[in-house]
Amino acid sequence: MENKLEFIDLGATDQPEQARQSVHDFEYSHKAEITNVYPLTATEKLYQIQICDPDERHNFTFHPGQFVMLELPGIGEGPFSISSSPIRHGDLELCIRGVGNMTNFLNRVERGTKVGISGPFGTHFPVENMIGEDILLIAGGLGIVPLRSPILSVLENRSRYGQVDIIYGARKPSELLFGYQYEMWKQFDINLEIIVDEAEQGWQGPVGLITEILKKRIDQGRDADFRHKTSAIVCGPPIMFKFVCDQLTHANLPMEKMFVSLERRMHCGRGKCCRCNIGSTYTCLKGPVFDYWSVLNLKEAI
Amino acid sequence: MIFKVFPAEELAALYELLAVNPIVGPVLKGRDKKDNALYDFALTSGFADLALDYGQTMHSAKKFFLPHREDLCTFTLSDHDWDKHVDYGAYQHTVLFGLHPCDINALNKLDKVLMESVYPNPFYGAKRSNMFIVGHSCSPTPSCFCRSMASDSVIRGFDLFLTRLDDSYFAEVNSAKAYHLLEKIKSYHATDRDHKLFRHAVSEKNKKITAQVDTSDLTKILDMEFHADVWQEWGDKCLSCGTCANVCPTCYCYGVEEEVDLDLRHARKEKLLYSCNLVDFAEVAGGHNFRPESHTRLKYRYYHKHRGFVEAYEESLCVGCGRCGNACLADITVPEVIASVRGGDNNGK
Ligand SMILES: Cc1cc2nc3c(=O)[nH]c(=O)nc-3n(C[C@H](O)[C@H](O)[C@H](O)COP(=O)(O)OP(=O)(O)OC[C@H]3O[C@@H](n4cnc5c(N)ncnc54)[C@H](O)[C@@H]3O)c2cc1C
Ligand code: SF4
Ligand code: SF4
Ligand code: FES
Repeated sequence: MENKLEFIDLGATDQPEQARQSVHDFEYSHKAEITNVYPLTATEKLYQIQICDPDERHNFTFHPGQFVMLELPGIGEGPFSISSSPIRHGDLELCIRGVGNMTNFLNRVERGTKVGISGPFGTHFPVENMIGEDILLIAGGLGIVPLRSPILSVLENRSRYGQVDIIYGARKPSELLFGYQYEMWKQFDINLEIIVDEAEQGWQGPVGLITEILKKRIDQGRDADFRHKTSAIVCGPPIMFKFVCDQLTHANLPMEKMFVSLERRMHCGRGKCCRCNIGSTYTCLKGPVFDYWSVLNLKEAI
Repeated sequence: MIFKVFPAEELAALYELLAVNPIVGPVLKGRDKKDNALYDFALTSGFADLALDYGQTMHSAKKFFLPHREDLCTFTLSDHDWDKHVDYGAYQHTVLFGLHPCDINALNKLDKVLMESVYPNPFYGAKRSNMFIVGHSCSPTPSCFCRSMASDSVIRGFDLFLTRLDDSYFAEVNSAKAYHLLEKIKSYHATDRDHKLFRHAVSEKNKKITAQVDTSDLTKILDMEFHADVWQEWGDKCLSCGTCANVCPTCYCYGVEEEVDLDLRHARKEKLLYSCNLVDFAEVAGGHNFRPESHTRLKYRYYHKHRGFVEAYEESLCVGCGRCGNACLADITVPEVIASVRGGDNNGK
């Protein structure tokens, strides 16, 4: 048997801790518990999910705009933006809309259900580079979900930023998410403007397009400094962020100072399955957060 | 590199030395209607099984390092909890005997994405780390365009590479394991005469490569021709069957499915190799499809291979093995698609 080639057990090799971790990270998921479920609208629920192991929970750090892969054993796995504040580490909040297999199953699970969490993955909104600037946070529809993490992060460091505007558009008032937090956001000296496409009974706010509100904001802020001291974070359907970003471009805001989050089908989050590719860019690695200049350079992005 | 030479009849002895390990190699599987031989990579049970004079196999050797179905993990479920078990699916060292340069180059390309990138894939890594590769020189078929893709020769990623000379083998020795192995058969260090014979053999081989792809400025041309009508024409022919990705040695994309066993006590997460030509490749829940038409998907496949990968690694993700063209029921071949897209150059004249 002298010519028997030696089997290299990748699973057991005694490599330096770091290298070993990176290999085993691939299928590693933190076990986590759904500690609470809040229905937000008819189709969306907020899930509070806590990583079970205290050390893993503490060591779980992320930046606003990143996502996790959430797994329900035997049911499915998918990418979800982290909707909670980074200072809460592995005490996560995900806001999930029931649309398919796993998300509809999730709709029925109870508190205490154990799930798997891996990540965080992807790029983030560079709020750390926006310190000292005015920030425009613009969301359309479910886009408020990935936006909530940078909002919370900005609130927690409110004194470091200048004027902060949140402009949020939804189809109908009943589809607005996180209504219970609007007052709190306003208390942090944030201008919150909400607009809907279609009014419903009791709605007193404006009806129309998000770009109308944005126009007012731009007109009001159109001083020489606007382009130097403003950054924008825009989340929503492609058609919406294209209109918004084009409008901001006309207002002379540099494209590198506008950030959008793109959504694509994902099966790994790790640059391996190719399902998320735009042109040939991995959304899970180079995104989901891109600056608008990069988006314009991606074939088939919009 | 160390070059050694051994008499052709010693090859069987080399095989026997390695035969304590599983040996995968090209074998004759049958004949098509026109009586052409059909080859595939398979586990061999003796030296006689090896068909080293094969032109091209129908499938690549992918099933031995990127199986079409593979469990990413299994779960045991209890009432309120679960445990996850991960098995990388490699248990012993395997010999791949008789790979052509294109297929070894394909492995080297896969290594870049699957092992040398962020989040290395241990399922591939475990198999790749346990491969002993004996490459073998090829006799090009009419559909081979490896030379255009700089994959007609290989400089790394193997243990031993054999080039057939008249009555001997010229061996490029690329690992200590391979060196020790050659010590056990009748072999000697290559002489000037052998070097000459080797170069002659290579130039004779090159003469047989007729298919070509012009890759100059291809990344830019693909960008310029993103909206060219030819894509639509190819898309109309394409059946969106995914066969091209299936037989390709460098296609690695996949989907994931989870299922629970009937006893409700076990579940599995399975990885299934996929193809970007299949209709739901980029479809998301709720029904929106980012590439609904077949031409957008076909175009994407070419983009990934001939543009995106080049941007990332300065080489293409196609080795010019010609398998996709041979297997395609719609007769879509890489040289023709690229030539027609480049043909757009002349439209403006
Ligand atoms: C970066 C990112 C962040 C996201 N954040 C949120 C969020 O905060 N809240 C939310 O409700 N949804 C979010 N989504 C969409 C969410 O991932 C899908 O709705 C979910 O995967 C659908 O899974 P399913 O099993 O219910 O659907 P099925 O149709 O059964 O999908 C099967 C598999 O396909 C893939 N898939 C299907 N649709 C999508 C999709 N839209 N995006 C990515 N993969 C998909 C997943 O791997 C999924 O497991 C996000 C998507 C991305 C890419
Ligand atoms: S190119 Fe040919 S093999 Fe590939 S999906 Fe289209 S018809 Fe099938
Ligand atoms: S794309 Fe076609 S020719 Fe290129 S490596 Fe794949 S199967 Fe071979
Ligand atoms: S999600 Fe798999 S490659 Fe991006």
